[in-house]
This record gives sequence, C-alpha cells and structure tokens, in this order.
Amino acid sequence: MLAIRCRLPINSSRIVSAAGVITRKEQKRHASLTMETLNPLVKEVEYAVRGPIVIRAGEIEKKLKGSHNFPFDRVIRANIGDCHASGNQVPITYIRQFVAGCTYPELMKSSNFPSDIKSRVERLLSVCGGKSLGAYTESQGIITIREDIAAYIQQRDGYPSDPNNIYLCNGASDGIKTIIKLLMNNNLEKPSGIMIPVPQYPLYSATLSEYGAYQIEYYLDEGNNWALNIDELERALNQSKDRCVPRGMVIINPGNPTGQVLSRDNIENVIRFAHKHQLFVVADEVYQENVHLPGSKFFSFKKTLMDLGAPYNQMEMASFHSASKGWHGECGSRGGYYELINIDKDVRVQVNKLISACLCSTAWGQAVMAAIINPPKEGEPSYELYKQERSAVVNRLREKAELVGRLFNSVEGVQCNPVMGAMYAFPRIELPKKAIEHAKSKNMAPDAFYCFQLLEKTGICVVPGSGFKQSPGTHHFRTTILPPVDQMKDMVEKFRTFHLSFLREWK
Amino acid sequence: MANINPRVIKVEYAVRGPIVIRAGEIEKQIKEGQHNFPFDRVIRANIGDCHASGNQVPVTYIRQFLAGCTYPPLIDSSDFPSDIKQKVQRLLSVCGGKSLGSYTESQGLITVREDIAKYIQERDGYPSNPSDIYLCNGASDGIKTVIKLLMNNDPKKPSGIMIPVPQYPLYSATLSEYGAHQIEYYLDEDNNWALNIDELERALNQSKEHCVPRGIVIINPGNPTGQVLSRENIENIVRFAEKHRLFILADEVYQENTYLPGSKFFSFKKVLMDLGAPYNHMEMASFHSASKGWHGECGSRGGYYELINIDKDVRMQVNKLISASLCSAAWGQAMMGAIINPPKEGELSYELYKKERSDIVSRLKQKADLVSQLFNSVEGVRCNAVMGAMYAFPRIEIPEKAIQHAKSKNMAPDAFYCFQFLEKTGVCVVPGSGFKQKPGTHHLRTTILPPVDQMKVMVEKFRKFHMEFLREWK
Repeated sequence: MLAIRCRLPINSSRIVSAAGVITRKEQKRHASLTMETLNPLVKEVEYAVRGPIVIRAGEIEKKLKGSHNFPFDRVIRANIGDCHASGNQVPITYIRQFVAGCTYPELMKSSNFPSDIKSRVERLLSVCGGKSLGAYTESQGIITIREDIAAYIQQRDGYPSDPNNIYLCNGASDGIKTIIKLLMNNNLEKPSGIMIPVPQYPLYSATLSEYGAYQIEYYLDEGNNWALNIDELERALNQSKDRCVPRGMVIINPGNPTGQVLSRDNIENVIRFAHKHQLFVVADEVYQENVHLPGSKFFSFKKTLMDLGAPYNQMEMASFHSASKGWHGECGSRGGYYELINIDKDVRVQVNKLISACLCSTAWGQAVMAAIINPPKEGEPSYELYKQERSAVVNRLREKAELVGRLFNSVEGVQCNPVMGAMYAFPRIELPKKAIEHAKSKNMAPDAFYCFQLLEKTGICVVPGSGFKQSPGTHHFRTTILPPVDQMKDMVEKFRTFHLSFLREWK
Repeated sequence: MANINPRVIKVEYAVRGPIVIRAGEIEKQIKEGQHNFPFDRVIRANIGDCHASGNQVPVTYIRQFLAGCTYPPLIDSSDFPSDIKQKVQRLLSVCGGKSLGSYTESQGLITVREDIAKYIQERDGYPSNPSDIYLCNGASDGIKTVIKLLMNNDPKKPSGIMIPVPQYPLYSATLSEYGAHQIEYYLDEDNNWALNIDELERALNQSKEHCVPRGIVIINPGNPTGQVLSRENIENIVRFAEKHRLFILADEVYQENTYLPGSKFFSFKKVLMDLGAPYNHMEMASFHSASKGWHGECGSRGGYYELINIDKDVRMQVNKLISASLCSAAWGQAMMGAIINPPKEGELSYELYKKERSDIVSRLKQKADLVSQLFNSVEGVRCNAVMGAMYAFPRIEIPEKAIQHAKSKNMAPDAFYCFQFLEKTGVCVVPGSGFKQKPGTHHLRTTILPPVDQMKVMVEKFRKFHMEFLREWK
C-alpha cells in the first residue's frame, strides 16, 4: 500500500505518502473542489428513496453478516420499487430470450430458441449498425422500437402516434430531466416554476433543485383518495407568481408514493387548468400498467386531451413510460421513453440536437423496451408461457395491493388510502407529541425519526413521508408492496408491534 | 422557440449534426431507387462506431457473458464455456434477486467496480479503490456529471473550463448547456497536436476577466486529433493545473487505441502519482468507455470514471446527486465488467479472445498508418500521424473563392467543402469547424474504421474530389 490513512485525535488527519508526510491543512491548499466551491445547486439535491435511511439499512445488513445485537436477522427492504430485487418476481422468460438473442445471435441457431422471438430479434438487428446492438443507435432510438411504441400508444388511446415523436431514454428519469431542462429560463431572479404534487416522487424536487428552478407545490387531497383539486392548483399557482415564471405541471398517474389512479373527470379538469394557464403538461405515466383495484382504470393524459377536442387537443405535453415497472419490472435495463405531443417543430429540432450530444440511450435498454411493448400474441409459440407469467405477476401485485392497504388500516392510529395503482402504500401515522418534539430536537423530521426507529428495531426499511413532502403536520411513510405475500404479512405484523410499542414509549 | 431554454439553443454537436442529417436523407433517397447521385452508397466516416462501420463484429466472449447474464438458463448448456459461466455467476450473485433487471447500487455493481479498480491498479502500479469508481451511461454521462460539480451558477462570472481546440464537441455542447465559459487552448498542429504550456497560460490569463477557471479537460489519446501525449507533456500539464488549482478531467476513453511504435499511453493518474507531492494530492477524474478500444460496444453505453483525491464530503454529494437517477444501465455495467476482465491465459475462452482482439487491433493499426499516409499524398492536404484514437484529421487548403462563397452562404468553409464532398462522392465526414480549430485553418475528421478496401476507395474519391474542387474554385 502506498498511501496509509490513519486517525489521529480530533482535528488532525494525516496522510502518509511515499513522498513524505502531508498535513490536512497543506492538502487543502491544493484543493480544486471542496464543499465551498462545489456547485451550490448540487448541495440542494435530496433523494430520499436512496437517502440516509437506506444507507443505514445497508450498514445494518453488513453487520448482520457477522455477530450483532439486532433483534432481527435480516433487513426487509421495502424502500424502492424494484420488482426483481424484492422477490416479487423473476424475469419474464420471453423478454430475456429476446435480449439474449439480440446480444448473441448464435444462440438462435438452437432448435430450442422460440421462432417467434427469433423473428423479433432479426427484425431489431436488421436496423442496427453492423447488425449489432453494440453500434450507436439513432439518437431518438431504434426505429422499429419507436414504431412498436407508436403502435402501442395508438392501440391504447385510439389516436395516431408518430414514431418521430417517440424518444427512447435511459429510464424515464433521464427523459424527465431532459424535458424539464427545456422549460428552464436561466433567470436567477425569476426562475421557471414547475408545479409538482405533494407528496411527490423525489426525482422532481431533486431535479428542480439541481436546475435552480422554483418548485410550485400543490397538495393532493388525502381525504379524497389523493385527488387533485382544481382550487388547490389555482391556489398554488397564484401564490407562486411573484417568485417564478410558471412553465409546466407534473402529474404522476398512477401516483407515487400515493397510489391513486385519477378519475377521468379529474384528468379533464387538470387539462383545462393547464390550458388556462398555458402550462406544459409533464405526465409521468410509468405505472400505467399497475392498476390493481376494481373500479380503477387508467386514462392516459393524451387520450383525454384528444377526446376533449379543441383547444385542448393542441396542447403541448410529454408522457413518460418505463421498463422498470408494470408486470415486467426491468429496472436495471434503464429502458424508458417519452412521447412529445403537439410540440413546435422548431423546438423539436432543438430537442433532437440536445440529445444527440450524448449520442443515444443504452441499446440494451431499448431492446428491453422493445420486448415489453410488443409481447407475444395469441397463437405465437411464446404466448402461453408469457400469458401465464404475466398474470401471475399481476395477480400477486393485486393481492398485495388489497392486503396491504387493509392491514395497515387495522393498526390503531394508522390510516392508509387504498392502493389503487403503482407499487406502494403510503400510510399516515399519528405521532405522539413527545416523539415529535424529540425528533425536532435532533433536527430530524418526525417521520424520519420514526422510520429510523422502525429500522433499528425491526429491520424494516421504508422511506419517511418527509422524503416525498406532505401536508405540514402530517406524517407518513412509504413502503413498497413488492416483497412476497408472506413477507408482507410478517412485515405488517412487525410494524403493528413496533407501532404500539412506539405509542407507549412516547405517550 | 421564444420560451425554450436559451442555453439549449446554443448547444451544437457536429458529430451528428447537419451533414450527418443530410447523409441520412441521401441514404433514404438511394434506397428508394430514383436518384441522381453519382454514387450508390454513403460511406459513413463521421462517428467512432466500430460495429456500424464494419471494423469488426462483436468479440465472442463478451457477448456470451452478456447473454448468460441476461438469460441464465443458457449457462447450463454444455456448450457454454465454463470460465464465462463462472464470471456470470459472480456478477449475478451481487444483483438484487440475482437479476440484471434490478436497480444496482448507484455507483454500480460492486464486482464490476472491484475489477475496474484492479485493472487501474495493474495499469498504473498505484492502488485504486472501488469506492472511487462510478459506472455511468457511457463516458459522456459521467463527463457531464463531473463538469456539473464545477459549476458556480453565477451568470456574471461563470465557472470556466479549459478545453482543447480542436476538441470532441461533447465538451463545448455541455459547457453551452450549463452556461459555463469555454476557455479554449489551442493544440499545436505543427508539433503533433501537443499541449504547449505557454499556450495554456495564455488561454487561462485571457479568460480571467470573464470567468472563474475551475477545470481543464485533456483528451488523451486525442479526439479528433489522434495524438498520444508524451510523458513529459503530461507532467507539464499536471504542474500547470496544480499551479492554477484546476480540476483535471482526463478523457482517456481511447487508452487502448494506440498504434504507432513510440506512442505509449501514460495515464494522468500514474503521472500524477509518480510526480509525488504536492501533485499526488490533486483532484482529478479519469474517464473510460465500453465504446472504443478493441471492443467497440458503443450501444451498450458502458463507461466509468475514477474520482481521485476527492474531498470526502464532496464525494458524499456526488453519491447523493447520482442516486436521484438511481443507477446506470445494468447491461452497460455488465459490458464494462466483461471488457475490463477478459479471459486469462489458460482459461477456456482465452485463445479465441486473443485472436479476435489481435485481429481488431492490427486492422486498426494498419488503417491508422495507411490513412494518414494516403491523405499526405494528396496535394494541398496535410495530415498529422494517427498515433491513437480512431480518426484522421487532415488539414486542407481551401481556395479563397470557395471561402468567400461559403461565407456568403453563412457556412464555415470546411462545412461547405464537406457538404460538397458528400453530395459528389457519398462520403460523410465531419467538418473541422465542428471541433473548433485555429482561425483560418480548415480540416475534416474521418474515422479510420471502415474496412481497409473501403478506406482506400474513400481516400481515392477524396483525392479526385479535392483536385476538382481546387480547379473549380481556383
């Protein structure tokens, strides 16, 4: 080892290098990137889904491998919407066969390789440079995939979709950041403002912090299944007008962390509101294939926009979808796309130019998206297995969605809105005053304090509601519904025990 | 257009810019049948894409590894090489649910980072810590992240980053997007595109009114220029950066593309460390990619950066920043994992890998040599040696009349030249103006990737076109 770092008392830290001893003070003299000079906007960024509590969960997991004092022997990770990791499912067979065939076409010579998947592979590779997934693709993504996505959207909505309006990206997160970037005005005094729901998926607040944009927070109505009230939208917008130039509005439907699936009416009203105020609609629809409860139906913003006719059907919007969710859950692939609707053609040229500088999104992610958006059809060799695998996943999710909402509601002092869609439950917890004071004395959000206690005492890792923002004075946490049914039941029982004991302790 | 982000409008990226769009249109027309072009195909020599250009097919063990990670039942087949099977199992063992479909740690899968750290350690002889390794969606993604850290968000005196001229236009595009100041330092064409310290000092001094200089980008081996910097040159740059407290961004994605005898790649990190104090405490980032080298897996968007001597609090901020996008493409990480840890002598897959790799490398070497020779044999064209990377960047003398004509059309003279070249021969290269260059000089960048025959044809077409062009615009 050339460099040894050793700890000395309190303020000094020494680094011994081959050339001699250098004290920390001298080292700082040469520093070109310190906390003082780091981009101040980067310091503002927070992302709770992989934040402090998750870091702590990782530390605990490490300790559990050896000798430890924890009253549990495993960490239950219910912090992130990752289907494969959580044990909700294994990968869908035809998807992996397809991607494997695209990766190593030799495989398809085997008689075992399903012929319907083989023709899909050949179709994709035929438009790749050198017939290889290792070539850069067009910046918007491979044409056959965009055609299939356009066909999917058209089938879903009954309105035409043009492959030229489809953009494949490195997961929806990447696309969302690109679109929000377009709306920025780079005016420090009166920055662009984007309306975001509270509670929200913290990619939005993180991105707006990173861009120095103004966050126009609109509260979802917990008493009404997390609906969007137009009065509340108007209030939020009006109050923001001094401080920003409102440019866009984010709607997450189905909702994350809140799990609501918006009614048709609600979507129509939101569209009318956005039109009235000339806001660009950012429709985060990545959970469009995660609708669980009977009576919940997904309505796409685009379809609703088009159905409303003029002038709404000319509004500019973007809709996002992802390979990470649904019944396929291929988070690691970073597959995703957005459709730009009614975009000015000159603006589109600018978008194309902007994305070209990073060349293209991951071709393997594009291939995963291709597989997902164009599954085997009835009569094809891979259809039966696909159908079976898909229903098993969907039924499991449905079962857990229903169960988890019910179980949380059976715990005293806990109220949980139904999990209509997406992958999370977001129960509201009443916290005793003493606990709230104690948390504040430790400079922690009360539900963060609560969740850390839950983690340390039961091994369950969930994300505090404060990580998603919430109505002041309320406390929540978000858990996924992804671990297997038994584990979920176990989790809620552990939670029940912990909660009652927490109430007693802080009475 | 009135209210789109004004910085987005400033972004340019010539490698996929107007001339490439035009090449695509021409290709379509040729495909559709009826056309008047005096050629029947477009030769795309605009982008460093090995598979697409026909330089090579994918390396076998890499694709077997990736296929095994994708669909593990494959590895149980008796055909599947056992050494690759083990590598697959090792990777999947650290994936959530043993699936590449899980989000990975935000910095990337631990086994891949361990292998990268080992690769770096072996290359340099200095320790490398997996905690300092960050997998990203291609080096481009990592470069944007690191540059972002250096931004100060002060529109009056923005952060300034030193970038070479000529440069790979991701840098100018990113700095435009971020509203940063571009401190341009000219590479020395007469001296194999070396970096002169006097020139660095000049550029820096002239920028001080307009910006707060924060970092310096060095592309080594160079793109588009193809130089491989001497050890001494690198040492001087390190001293310069230390003197001015600049963060070093070492774009080293072509570290495995060096061709000429006498061109040896020296990593910035190694040189930094060898120089001892105070240099060995300087902060820097080094970038590598799955897209180049002998593997050329551009579509995978595999890449990584190593953060060296970074303040620990800053590192926490970086980790927090990248966590919001969760992680880079797992398949790209697996790709990087395959590349950085190839079969070893004695292992089953070694012989085939060795053969495939040497074929690719010797082809590239052959073409690197051939192409600059051929360009230098054309009158009025001068091409520096292609020491490394994947491009030739010949300098062309353009007649005054043509220059005036181009200006009347609001085009850079070499852009006009390249468009003519495309329309008359079907060859698509990128004008030197897309990379910036010394005012009054004109260049074009071609890759050396098409097969040898095609490259020869290309240069002959170029020779003929160039002679005619000189005659036409005399």
